[in-house]
Amino acid sequence: MQLELRNVSTKVGEEFHITDVSLAFEAGTLNILLGATLSGKTSLMRLMAGLDQPTSGKIYVRGDDVTGVAVQKRNVAMVYQQFINYPNLTVYENIASPLRIAKASKDIIAEKVAKVSNLLKLDNLLQRKPQELSGGQQQRTALARALIKGAELVLLDEPLANLDYKLREELREELPRIFAETGAVFVYATTEPSEALLLGGNTVSLHEGRVTQFGPTIDVFSKPANLITARTLSDPPLNTLPVTKFNNRMLYKSHVEIPLLGSLPDLPDDDYTIAFRPHHLCLRRKFDSAISVKAKVVVAEITGSESFIHIDVVGMRWVVLARGIHNLDINETIEVFLDPSKFYVFDRNEQLVVTPETIADV
Amino acid sequence: MANITLKDIAHSYTGESDNPEDFALKKLNLTWRDGGAYALLGPSGCGKTTLLNIISGLLHPTRGEVRFDDRDITNQPTEERNIAQIFQFPVIYDTMTVFQNLAFPLKNRGRSGKEIEPRVIELAGILGLEKDLYTKAQHLTADSKQKISLGRGLIRKSVNAILFDEPLTVIDPQLKWELRSQLKFLHKKFGFTMIYVTHDQTEALTFADEVIVMYEGSIVQVGTPEALFEKPEHTFVGYFIGSPGMNVCPCELQKDRILVEGHELVLNSTYETVDPSAKIEVGIRPEHLTLAPPDTNGLPVKIIRVDDIGRHKIVRVAIKEREFNIVASDLSEMTGGMCSLIFDIDHTHMYVNDHLISGERK
Repeated sequence: MQLELRNVSTKVGEEFHITDVSLAFEAGTLNILLGATLSGKTSLMRLMAGLDQPTSGKIYVRGDDVTGVAVQKRNVAMVYQQFINYPNLTVYENIASPLRIAKASKDIIAEKVAKVSNLLKLDNLLQRKPQELSGGQQQRTALARALIKGAELVLLDEPLANLDYKLREELREELPRIFAETGAVFVYATTEPSEALLLGGNTVSLHEGRVTQFGPTIDVFSKPANLITARTLSDPPLNTLPVTKFNNRMLYKSHVEIPLLGSLPDLPDDDYTIAFRPHHLCLRRKFDSAISVKAKVVVAEITGSESFIHIDVVGMRWVVLARGIHNLDINETIEVFLDPSKFYVFDRNEQLVVTPETIADV
Repeated sequence: MANITLKDIAHSYTGESDNPEDFALKKLNLTWRDGGAYALLGPSGCGKTTLLNIISGLLHPTRGEVRFDDRDITNQPTEERNIAQIFQFPVIYDTMTVFQNLAFPLKNRGRSGKEIEPRVIELAGILGLEKDLYTKAQHLTADSKQKISLGRGLIRKSVNAILFDEPLTVIDPQLKWELRSQLKFLHKKFGFTMIYVTHDQTEALTFADEVIVMYEGSIVQVGTPEALFEKPEHTFVGYFIGSPGMNVCPCELQKDRILVEGHELVLNSTYETVDPSAKIEVGIRPEHLTLAPPDTNGLPVKIIRVDDIGRHKIVRVAIKEREFNIVASDLSEMTGGMCSLIFDIDHTHMYVNDHLISGERK
């Protein structure tokens, strides 16, 4: 199975909800739709499922045009944020229900339920009713039902959002293994960059109904093609610094000067945005080339092993992610250090023009 | 403003009972000092919301007393307790402007316009709502609405405490950062007693000066974020806090040595002999384990999996059936599948029947 969207758009009135999306997902892959609320994740899934039809563009399954084919005629399974199970059926019957509808034989049902329930660690719960299960177990049951259909396309719309933090962590770890065993195309929507990174696979970065980048998740994280993708993949939020290059100097007003290392001297004179992640902003000087900047502490958050220090740098808000406990007082003036070898530089159209590697290569 | 004391509080939803199993909240004693920032952290069903509702008066405890300073207020209704509560979903008046919403709790208590206006404007400024002051709430986004809810909780200076029940559930990750830091800032600025209920460790640890970890109706540890991270008193705390949680592995203990799958490790303390029928485990956080080339002085382990989650890598290793997670940033020295697992002995803890034991430091 291969799923392809070619130049797909949807319009409601005069407003585009999805704008010119082209994507191809291969069999046996996990594809994450990552973006904020209203970025178009659910709209795209509804198009992929056949629940909605595009205003323009085509959708292909294994090369066949399926645009306009109703959801009932496609081999699709969906799992939602809310746990949806039949409350009066046992876990066994819940999982078996798609096969019962397909009139599968008793033996086949028993065999497949055994396999899927083993995969999702539901073996010991098969005779329970959904209300006797924890949230995590209920969502596993819904997942099992989606998988047992043998659907070629499985759509998961923020499936872990209603679960406890720790249960999410466990399921996130198990899901890639479960996905790998079935061979279907998996599409998984989430608002959380950390979830995308833990799941791995491929990521589609979405913003206001457009795809801003698509590729292996770790590549989209480490080589964002544009500023909006870099922001979408950053949690804690990305730190940015607007600079102007002129007369062989790169400056943020009169406050910060960026030394022209690596490929930076090759950039034409213009305005740029420098971006770097919070764990690359330091409280002490680690390299001679580090740039010192004065900042005022807005608030310090401590997790027990790390500190998130929110700072104000002449009106800009940045976050420092530092190892250890740093109890800093509000309004305290501190010195922070920027590491140029971790800079992403974006041009005035927010496209990546310099990667950290080309600065560090000196 | 008052210290809040819970004295021998216990609660059963089915009324007084001799059966300890009936109690959703087992007997507990706690004191919250005026002006503190506290978090109640635990999985679904651990009793944290029950406890919150007992403080607010929404629930009358089966046993025990609630005191504000020396006053027993167990029988006082919610409206007389002078407590503000903020829920998962914004509770605001959609057809009122932001200003009217924020002013409402003061107006309701007959305060003058002169007193109300500066307070509303100050608070709106801190919450970043000043440009929407005269916009109707229904036109705002989910995070702005939740900011109004926060503002309504904070507007009165005389409240005894502000209670938060998972207030960031509906907020996108990147906006969570902003709201969290605002909340922390507001706490530092106004000095209200704040009690924050959540299953999300990051929210609890970053918000609170002191975190109360709950599990199956009981408190398993009360401590600073640092203490919970560095010295979990119960294996549940080790598991629940940290991502991934603490590695907990069965072992044999002999004075200052442990045997893990037949391999000896020397500890920094000497322990008294433990009842051989007890469950003895060693606990160590993934951050306190390192990998070295094979045949270094550590446990011989096999690398099973490496997940690159951007900021660092999570490595899963195994010695026979026992698995460990390690947080690592650089694996360039690990060439083959085998390596040595090195314990940081100053962060290695011993647990007997899930409880931390202390030995005599060598």
